[in-house]
Amino acid sequence: MLRFIVRRLVQMVGVLVVLSLLLFLWLRSLPGGTVSAILGERATPQSRAAMEAQFGLDQPIWVQYGKFVGRVLQGDFGPSTSVLPGTDALTIFFQRLPATIELSFFAMLIAIALGIPLGYFAARRRASLLDNASVIFSLVGIAIPVFFLAFLLKYVFAIKLGWLPVSGRQSGDVDATRVTGFFVIDGLITREFDASWDALKHLVLPSIALASIPFAVIFRITRASVLDVLDEDYIRTAESKGLTNRVIRGRHILRNAMLPVTTTIGLQIGALLAGAVLTERVFSFGGLGEALALSFERRDYPVLQVLILAAAAIYVLVNLLVDIMYAVIDPRVRTR
Amino acid sequence: MTPSPMDPRPNAKKDRIDSLAQTAGGSGATATAVKDVHVGAAGKVKDTGGVSLIASAWSRLRRNPVFLIGAAITVVFVLLALFAPLIAPHDASKRLPQLLENLTPGNIPGPMSGSPLGSDEFGRDLLSRLIVGARQTLIVGVFATLFGLTGGIALGTLAGAFGGWVDSLVMRVVDVMLSVPSLLLAVSIAALAPKPSQWTVIIAIATVQVPIFARLLRGSMLAQRGSDHVLAARALGVKQSSIVFRHMLPNSLGPVIVQSTLVLATSIIDAAALSFLGLGNPDDRQPEWGQMLGAAQGLIQDYPHLAFYPAACIIVVALGFTLMGESLREALDPKSRR
Amino acid sequence: MSNATASSTTDPGTDTTNVADRDKARRWREGGSEPLLRVRDLRVTFQRQGAEPFEAVQGVSFDVHPGQTVGLVGESGCGKSVTSLAIMGLLPERGNKVSGTVDYEGTNLLELSDQQMRDKRGKDIAMVFQDPLSSLNPVIPIGLQVTEVLERHRGMSRKAATPVARELLDRVGIPDPDRRLRDYPHQLSGGMRQRALIAIALACQPRLLIADEPTTALDVTIQAQILALLKELVEETGTALVMITHDLGVVAGLCDEVNVLYGGRIVERGDRHDLFAQPRHPYTNGLLASIPRMDAPRGQRLVPIPGSVSDNLPWTSACAFAPRCSQPIEVCTQKMPELEEHHQRALRCFNPVEVSR
Repeated sequence: MLRFIVRRLVQMVGVLVVLSLLLFLWLRSLPGGTVSAILGERATPQSRAAMEAQFGLDQPIWVQYGKFVGRVLQGDFGPSTSVLPGTDALTIFFQRLPATIELSFFAMLIAIALGIPLGYFAARRRASLLDNASVIFSLVGIAIPVFFLAFLLKYVFAIKLGWLPVSGRQSGDVDATRVTGFFVIDGLITREFDASWDALKHLVLPSIALASIPFAVIFRITRASVLDVLDEDYIRTAESKGLTNRVIRGRHILRNAMLPVTTTIGLQIGALLAGAVLTERVFSFGGLGEALALSFERRDYPVLQVLILAAAAIYVLVNLLVDIMYAVIDPRVRTR
Repeated sequence: MTPSPMDPRPNAKKDRIDSLAQTAGGSGATATAVKDVHVGAAGKVKDTGGVSLIASAWSRLRRNPVFLIGAAITVVFVLLALFAPLIAPHDASKRLPQLLENLTPGNIPGPMSGSPLGSDEFGRDLLSRLIVGARQTLIVGVFATLFGLTGGIALGTLAGAFGGWVDSLVMRVVDVMLSVPSLLLAVSIAALAPKPSQWTVIIAIATVQVPIFARLLRGSMLAQRGSDHVLAARALGVKQSSIVFRHMLPNSLGPVIVQSTLVLATSIIDAAALSFLGLGNPDDRQPEWGQMLGAAQGLIQDYPHLAFYPAACIIVVALGFTLMGESLREALDPKSRR
Repeated sequence: MSNATASSTTDPGTDTTNVADRDKARRWREGGSEPLLRVRDLRVTFQRQGAEPFEAVQGVSFDVHPGQTVGLVGESGCGKSVTSLAIMGLLPERGNKVSGTVDYEGTNLLELSDQQMRDKRGKDIAMVFQDPLSSLNPVIPIGLQVTEVLERHRGMSRKAATPVARELLDRVGIPDPDRRLRDYPHQLSGGMRQRALIAIALACQPRLLIADEPTTALDVTIQAQILALLKELVEETGTALVMITHDLGVVAGLCDEVNVLYGGRIVERGDRHDLFAQPRHPYTNGLLASIPRMDAPRGQRLVPIPGSVSDNLPWTSACAFAPRCSQPIEVCTQKMPELEEHHQRALRCFNPVEVSR
């Protein structure tokens, strides 16, 4: 088990090294490069050369890469150029991280709490009305562009009906004390429950929009996987033992069906940031996703570096956790 | 114990060989379809590819309403795309005088005679733009899928055919590509282009599909490598290249082809997302639905229909391809033959 | 063990008649006891959308007396497994119709509710399946798979059930049972897994055990061990056993009475010794003739049964076996032969094999 984890960790480091190289090359090949991005229209050959020397761009490429890695390891990505001009890019990342974690948590909560039970019951009643309806529902969830769903929810429930806030994480008239940066938790800690409640209301629409794809994927995998398990001989054995429905469902069907579902949930958590880019932009949510969208639009390369690297690192880390988790629940992997 | 005539095992073996032969025959057809895809023009691709696949699983599919609905949507969409200029009442790139008359900073004219859906924000006929948009959308979807498929088949074949260190190397590259969430990867690649255009969008989306196709193909090629008919070919001394291209590749393509139906749908959706993030094709003379949706985002509060129409088109078409792909997958999956 | 090995490798037809056995069989039949299981006119029809309904079991009737071992023999597709699943109430909920009666100690199992049937399964009637690897849940330890039956039917706590499970594993010949309780199915050998399945089936001391091809997926050497174990256990506990197999060798070593099935109907029934010594149905005869015999003269060829199940005629208007039969007569393709009982044997044939002695 330990060896398995160590091996996966080594693999992960390898992936990160290749990623950093790709990121470096990618940044170098962005149109105009860092220098023109900073200087913009004002660039003269002299100022350009001066700045290139300042950034070490006149040195051989492998030296530049070495310095790049060095800076990345120190967390020195430079100040933001246009998203929050002057602020350190890494600081922006840490400021905005809680918002995205909060949003992702609620989105995954919705996706899992809806996807797994619905997938199970759809499979148990295959070809029933419930099955057909939920399959079509999940396919629509996949076919609808996330940002359009976000727009639609915002238009109907916030603008037309006025039930929920239009954008942001907290209403302007709520004066909340900040502790952790997780607004819902902050409210609970400081006993400013109205602030918590307000933050929760702000989370509803974005989390639903963000949950649409993970929900659809989790539902479909659960359904397919339960169908597969129902066909297995050991389910017949369990039935032949006269076990109660509850035991057969939990211990025999779900325990086995959850193996592929776990992997899927991990992949979806990793991919959530992509959806967050779109959702947060629509709701001006103030998390990493919005920062990413803005830094692409405004070509803010220092912020872009942090965010892309972080996104990849989070993805790789989540996958590692999923593999370990898989080994924990599947004895065939664990005891090999 | 001695084998008796009732021993079920010889039968089982025969069944397996039968089904092997069947899948080989089936994917033989799909292999031809791929050839057509490479040669044929964008518009015709769907037809040839679709028909050969349907032929192999037709008996089950023709009674499946899910498949029929998906196929109907797809056919309508492809026909619309092919004959768009003939169907569209106006030139999609021209501002119409009758619409311009009523176009003021505070008002975008709605439906009127000769323009059933009204104007877009620049006084062009919305209906015509939607119809012509079908063609551009199909082009983006098909080429993104084709490029992704080609890259994925190249990498997957390399990995699956040789195994060993080639496999490890290719799969590491694929892993790294997969370690960035797909939309972020597409956005990053699109951002590399100095001037965004339809082709930068296509290439960005295609790149994201490469690792997915590669993984899928490698998986089924590896399964083929260990299978009886490949072992038999090897035992007979068939050349390596011929084993790979005659025996393994054609038999592994089934799932890849099915996947490409689904990828077509996600390509169209991803193109819309790129437009939304400002990385789409800025040239809107030949509109594309994703681009129209992206452009309408600022006006959604006052003129929601400008976003809803292209969005509805995208959703319906994506659903059509998805329904078709899913029912194809189910029909070709030996496990679902009960 | 050596006993079983001998019975499966030596010729089943030679006269190794055990007089005590034969007397036991006669006692059952002559009404010494009420049958434990009485199956009457059992029919199972599968209905699929867009396909012709298919009657897999077409009116099968047989009795199983307490402590008796009854064989259901036939090739794949003859309806023997479907029969056993119908008795257990394990057929899929949809897509099939079951009729007839399955009386277990006077209760018709087919009329029981799902809950009542759950109370019987695993407690009164248990089953052992063909493939021991796929029949065990891969992600929970063997121990739990044994104790969960005890918890369910004997109301034991997990803690109380564990030593019982340990004893059961020991009883079925699994070495180091303490360790095996914690092991997962993939860590056991094929024979070991089948032993574990038998332990699970016998955990609540059922009165009837149904074994569906319990040795087919195992190595030849292991097959004999498992058969010997089954025989020993049913004799020791007085459990009645329904043995479902395609292998006459298994039947020869184990069963008191044999039912031969063809195309969903019983074509011949008889005491094991009588049936092997004097097969009357051409199908039974053909099955025996296609088994290599140790005592056969050197150079004598094995005689296979020609054709396959796909050649069958419908029973409603003919004898299904007629196209493959070695001695068909005209009437065989014109109407269905009835199952006729005489002298403790039953036979469904217009032109039976001549009695040679």
